[in-house]
Amino acid sequence: MAETKTKARRNPKKPDPLVQFGISEELALNLMRDMLVYRRFEEKAEEAYAIGKIGGFCHLHIGQEGAAAGSIKPLRDDDYVMSAYREHTQALAKGVTPNAVMAELFGRATGSSGGKGGSMHIFDAKTRFMGGHGIVGGQVPLATGIGWKIKYRGEDSVVIVYMGDAAVNQGGFHEALNMAAIWQLPVIYVVENNAYGMGTAFSRVSTTDMVDKSRAHGIPGHSVNGQDVLETYAFFRDLAAEVRGGAGPQFVDLRTYRFRGHSMSDPVSGTYRSVEEVERAKEQLDPIAMLRDTLMDAGAIDQAALEEMDQDARQIAQDATDFADASPLPGPEALYANVWAEINKHGRLFFDGRGAEGGTP
Amino acid sequence: MAVLTYREALNEALREEMERDPDVFLMGEEVAQYDGAYKVSKGLLQRFGSERVVDSPISELGFTGLGVGAAMAGLRPVIEFMTFNFAFLAIDQVINSAAKMYYMSEGQFPMPIVFRGPTGAALQLSAQHSQACETYYSHAPGCKVVTPGTPADAKGLLKAAIRDNDPVAFMEGELLYNLKGEVPDDDDFVIPLGVADLKHEGDDVSIITHGKMIHVALQAAQKLEKDGIHADVLDLRTIRPLDMDAILATVRKTNRAVYLEEGWPYAGTGAQIVSMIQEEAFDDLDAPVLRVTQADIPMPYAKNLEILAKPSANHVVEAVNKVLYR
Ligand SMILES: Cc1ncc(C[n+]2csc(CCOP(=O)(O)OP(=O)(O)O)c2C)c(N)n1
Ligand SMILES: [Mg+2]
Repeated sequence: MAETKTKARRNPKKPDPLVQFGISEELALNLMRDMLVYRRFEEKAEEAYAIGKIGGFCHLHIGQEGAAAGSIKPLRDDDYVMSAYREHTQALAKGVTPNAVMAELFGRATGSSGGKGGSMHIFDAKTRFMGGHGIVGGQVPLATGIGWKIKYRGEDSVVIVYMGDAAVNQGGFHEALNMAAIWQLPVIYVVENNAYGMGTAFSRVSTTDMVDKSRAHGIPGHSVNGQDVLETYAFFRDLAAEVRGGAGPQFVDLRTYRFRGHSMSDPVSGTYRSVEEVERAKEQLDPIAMLRDTLMDAGAIDQAALEEMDQDARQIAQDATDFADASPLPGPEALYANVWAEINKHGRLFFDGRGAEGGTP
Repeated sequence: MAVLTYREALNEALREEMERDPDVFLMGEEVAQYDGAYKVSKGLLQRFGSERVVDSPISELGFTGLGVGAAMAGLRPVIEFMTFNFAFLAIDQVINSAAKMYYMSEGQFPMPIVFRGPTGAALQLSAQHSQACETYYSHAPGCKVVTPGTPADAKGLLKAAIRDNDPVAFMEGELLYNLKGEVPDDDDFVIPLGVADLKHEGDDVSIITHGKMIHVALQAAQKLEKDGIHADVLDLRTIRPLDMDAILATVRKTNRAVYLEEGWPYAGTGAQIVSMIQEEAFDDLDAPVLRVTQADIPMPYAKNLEILAKPSANHVVEAVNKVLYR
């Protein structure tokens, strides 16, 4: 429940979302802090990409911070999170350090995958951040397997798996949901519905609404405004508790919007969406601005405090970038490490002829 | 002759073949409104309309199967994979349906379908997006595999693939799309499948390769020239059908060979070629045939590791020196 306010509400007549969603001021301020870190982190990644410090495909989460903070922050440490390739901030939300994520983007030995995965493949076993997957929809059956393990071992953790709106057209999505329903697995399937898969509007590739996609499998479908971090937080707090209590698999249409191009190599707008549409979304649907207004209305923060918070976020992002930049490249000995967990002395495993038993080239 | 990019050459081939035959249509992710993820289909939507240039959902298994069914019923689909990395989702329909249909039906259902898109590594795209996939397709009887390395080959071979009555995996190079080269303007410029091309001539050693790797082979040949070593660079252009005559001719001329490919070594294309050479030209060899491939590991992201993992001209020069016992 909301705590007693120390400062006066700016507009006492407006309903207070903190009260409505049962979120304390302190928690709301934390969500603000988190989202600012995500935003500044991604902006730093964008800068680093522009000067060639980051390579390959790099998909930013700018505009979708509310979805990450709101759905992951209510989870417990022993809950699992799995995602696709637009996953930097989700990894941060689950507790992977900004340094480890940025170093991974830079391809450094200190990165969460030692520099071998890159932007699309952030993994961190310790925080149960299960990746970072590059094949659209590929992660959905995997998360179902994690749900299977939880049930198999009689644990009470849950899994959240994220996918883009385009992923629901993959066969594996439907196969996975069906199995989760048959076996009542504790999996929350979340579509981060930013309305487009690359340049294709969802309405062009589906005749049914997103929220209905799980219905044929007997899995409840929910629709949540992912730009409103408070609504999202309250929803996932309650949903995770239900799933933990045995409610079975759930499907969430988490509506959001991407403010940048599909990846760093794609235009922000073009034939598929207009500049005006993007500008309007940035004005009206910015999750950070929306929470700022709520907090200011509630008298929970003022401009100076907000700026200070933002300054801290910028510092965290800057520190992560500095850390990554100063980190060593993976050494050549890393090349053949971890292809297999066990090397059988009696048989040959590597065949490139570049070194004995695939040693350093 | 016009100078075109590889991308433009593919675009011309598609346009000309769609003009020539109303049964040819193009389907895939982002091929229509977005002009293709790599802009290969630029302008085709405007030219042919949305019945023939079709944006699909991200449903690789589904639209590949749809293509195979349409081909069974008489159309000539061109199915674009945004990259062949994503075609793993669809390989069941390529191998189990397309490649076997003609045989299983005792010739009742020809399979005039092209599966095309880029294969192989680009730059720092990491393990799931950097795979040379040709071996998966050439392994299956019934499937043809084409890997053009120049704009002219891209155009002539794509036209041949579309006119062919068998399923063709047509595998482009993501890093080749901007490559420029001379391309004949002729509407009927078709390069038959199964004909290799000698891209560089020399008597000392044969570097045999396919696809994007011809450029690495040519680079190696240049380096070797400086050492007074003259290499044949044979571009197979199609892996299946395979121009065995051309392979044997160059090996019989130089008596030494190196196979260069972008993919992994184990049961790779080179393994097949080396086996054929020793079966059919053993007495002509003065040294074992060596292979140069990607390091036998998933592709790492870090730039320095990626460079180490990819086959390079230096690797080729090293292998050539070995077969020359230098
Ligand atoms: C199986 C597969 N097909 C195609 C791609 C190329 N691709 C990467 S992301 C993407 C669009 C996905 O859109 P969506 O699921 O909505 O996620 P968003 O990028 O909007 O977060 C495509 C086509 C891929 N990675 N995997
Ligand atoms: Mg999307």
